[in-house]
Amino acid sequence: MWTLNKKIALGLGLLLPQWVMAAELNAANTAWVLTSTALVLFMTLPGLSLFYGGLVRSKNVLSILMQCFSITCLVSILWLAGIYSLIFSEGGNWQAIIGGLSKCFIPQMTIQNLTGDIPEAAFFMFQLTFAIITPALIVGAFAERMKFSSMLWFSGLWLILVYMPICHWIWGGGWLQSLGVRDFAGGIVIHVNAGIAALVSALVLGRRKGFPTVSMPPHNMTMVVTGAGMLWVGWFGFNAGSALKADGSAAMTLLVTHIAAASGSLVWMIIEWRRFKRPSVLGIATGMVAGLGTITPASGFVGPLGGLIIGGLAGGVCFYATQYIKRVLVIDDSLDVFPVHGVGGIMGSLLTAIFSDRSLGGIGLDEGITIGHQLGVQALAVIITIIWSGIFSYLILIAINKMLGLRVTQDEEVEGLDIVLHEETGYHKLN
Amino acid sequence: MKLITAIIKPFKLDDVREALSEIGVAGVTATEVKGFGRQKGHTELYRGAEYVVDFLPKVKLEIAVADSVVELAVETIVKAANTGKIGDGKIFISSLEQVIRIRTGETGEDAI
Repeated sequence: MWTLNKKIALGLGLLLPQWVMAAELNAANTAWVLTSTALVLFMTLPGLSLFYGGLVRSKNVLSILMQCFSITCLVSILWLAGIYSLIFSEGGNWQAIIGGLSKCFIPQMTIQNLTGDIPEAAFFMFQLTFAIITPALIVGAFAERMKFSSMLWFSGLWLILVYMPICHWIWGGGWLQSLGVRDFAGGIVIHVNAGIAALVSALVLGRRKGFPTVSMPPHNMTMVVTGAGMLWVGWFGFNAGSALKADGSAAMTLLVTHIAAASGSLVWMIIEWRRFKRPSVLGIATGMVAGLGTITPASGFVGPLGGLIIGGLAGGVCFYATQYIKRVLVIDDSLDVFPVHGVGGIMGSLLTAIFSDRSLGGIGLDEGITIGHQLGVQALAVIITIIWSGIFSYLILIAINKMLGLRVTQDEEVEGLDIVLHEETGYHKLN
Repeated sequence: MKLITAIIKPFKLDDVREALSEIGVAGVTATEVKGFGRQKGHTELYRGAEYVVDFLPKVKLEIAVADSVVELAVETIVKAANTGKIGDGKIFISSLEQVIRIRTGETGEDAI
């Protein structure tokens, strides 16, 4: 996304939003973006669903799968109705803040429409899969206790009030993009954004009944690791698809992404091994997610060395962040969304400024831009996102709590969301 | 007739089944169960959160036998399920009033 805008901008000598159309469709780029779209949706359905579903207790497994599935559907319809337009269409005088309404329900879109040199339909779908996974990531924070109706309201309102503006500012030609912020595939737009919303959700909803004294181990670790593997594979589309091109940059992004996943995994594993005497399977898988989330903003700007170091730092920092949130602050961010995605996203977005530099193997900063300047822009975008996502997530939750209530009752929580909210159970022991 | 209820370590199930077949025991019901005795539980760590697992997985065997077979059957189970380490399990023997084979309606030792 970034590269596309930047290349067009460089070509024309000024920054124009990406609806500027190139004359011809490029089949190779189109094929890769279509493939990447499938890979990124695969991250949510079924990757994240399985990863999260396995981490909760068996009485809540369906509630997690249902949340991921229904968010996919809800976001898709909202995206068509106007979110896509308000992020990616020309906003005229308001462009710095928000896009326009001309593409609500995309009435003019035909198979001939191009965004850059790929079909606009492909661009629409690729971007949609990012908008789907962002609210889906947040459900890990309030797992096992939130009402389904409230969860739907929260996800929809959060998409409109938080994801839409932040995404427009950074990717849709908004003011942060004009300042030159570098967020290749969503370190800020997705991971910081969702991570902060997760932390706020965990604080507003409060702890699960019994946390932290009652044992709440993952009910199915094989499901967790299966989902984690799917996330790793899907992340190739997430990061390497974000150049919207099938070229050397996409290949390097894929390589960097992969190395970061591997180094994040190993670092987390080694720390656990030394500290708790055993290398855990959940640990290595969580280190992978931390490495991937953290490399996301940097993935198209840094070299393999950057991937190795950023991934490794993610494995260490996110490990200690998880311990701190859970053990010291005793916040029940149930599936550790903030310490992994939020902390990783913040760190990766800042490190992007440093490892973009040519001397560290990156593709280089823009002409005349120093590391210090870029770091300042990155920090500004991160802080703005933390404040915006923090405040609006809080307000949305408070409003829903007033109108519908956020949590199921304590008795219902003990019985499990599957049977209480959906009248189904994940596992039938007698057939 | 007696009902032998044996709690054993799960990985000893095949050894015990084979040993019982060799002495002619014709039927065993096995159930996966959880429990604790002197072995107590263990701890599990998930992302650094420690959980004490009080109940350990075991296999419960239920075997109906004629009085004349009880001693041999118990001896066989003890031998096959023994590892010498804590947590090998226990055997309970209780008297069995009646046995009925559902298909034929046979009763008593004929039904075992």
